[in-house]
Amino acid sequence: MRLEYFQLIDRVTDLNLSDRTIRTENTVPSASTVFEGHFPGYPLMPGVLLIETMAQTSGWLVVALNKFDRMPFLAAVKDAKFRTFVVPGMVLAVEAKLEHDGSGYAVTNAKITSAGKPICDATITLRVMPFPNDEIRQHMRAQAGRLGVPSEETAHG
Amino acid sequence: MSSTFDTIANIIAETCDIPRDSITPESHAINDLGIDSLDFLDIAFAIDKAFGIKLPLEQWTQEVNDGKATTDQYFVLKNLAARIDELVAAKGA
Repeated sequence: MRLEYFQLIDRVTDLNLSDRTIRTENTVPSASTVFEGHFPGYPLMPGVLLIETMAQTSGWLVVALNKFDRMPFLAAVKDAKFRTFVVPGMVLAVEAKLEHDGSGYAVTNAKITSAGKPICDATITLRVMPFPNDEIRQHMRAQAGRLGVPSEETAHG
Repeated sequence: MSSTFDTIANIIAETCDIPRDSITPESHAINDLGIDSLDFLDIAFAIDKAFGIKLPLEQWTQEVNDGKATTDQYFVLKNLAARIDELVAAKGA
């Protein structure tokens, strides 16, 4: 995870298009400027970044389901619960499942665990729109390669 | 069994915290009830689930933007209910 760049996903470990699920694995960095303020002498991963981690995981699922033709943007977060503190060095397993594929929006249920222990969960709504420009589309393609997002041919389903 | 209008009026009342008795078949969701696009996503989600359909919001928005339809056709609630009935009938056809 590169918190300062909002790169919160390290790798996609599973993508199942027929079940409409995705899993990612992400390691909280041992040091970050974020921890200098949150909190001095007691570093904790901010809850908003855990939300963003679930949203980005959900977003990659939506991107893949839309065959890289549409871009998701975070629109709403519901029922977010933070159950355990997250500290530097923890490995976070994130799961998201598409709850509903609407017209121009998608709703997912997402959760984070670490070593099997529940960390947080939420229902996430994403607006799904055409890519605003080709630069973002190319950026997402490049990121997909970095994260190991399976191609259409190798994804399950 | 409640009517389509009653179902969507109840959804709007609950989702947007609008008094149920202020929602009529003639109400325009945007102009009269002040529902914004984000709240309408919640409403669309609830309608999609309640009726087992997919409201074609993108198509409707495009038609309005292209001047081929008015917002009244889709967002006055009696018209929205009629569109939902059409989608439900098409699903069962």
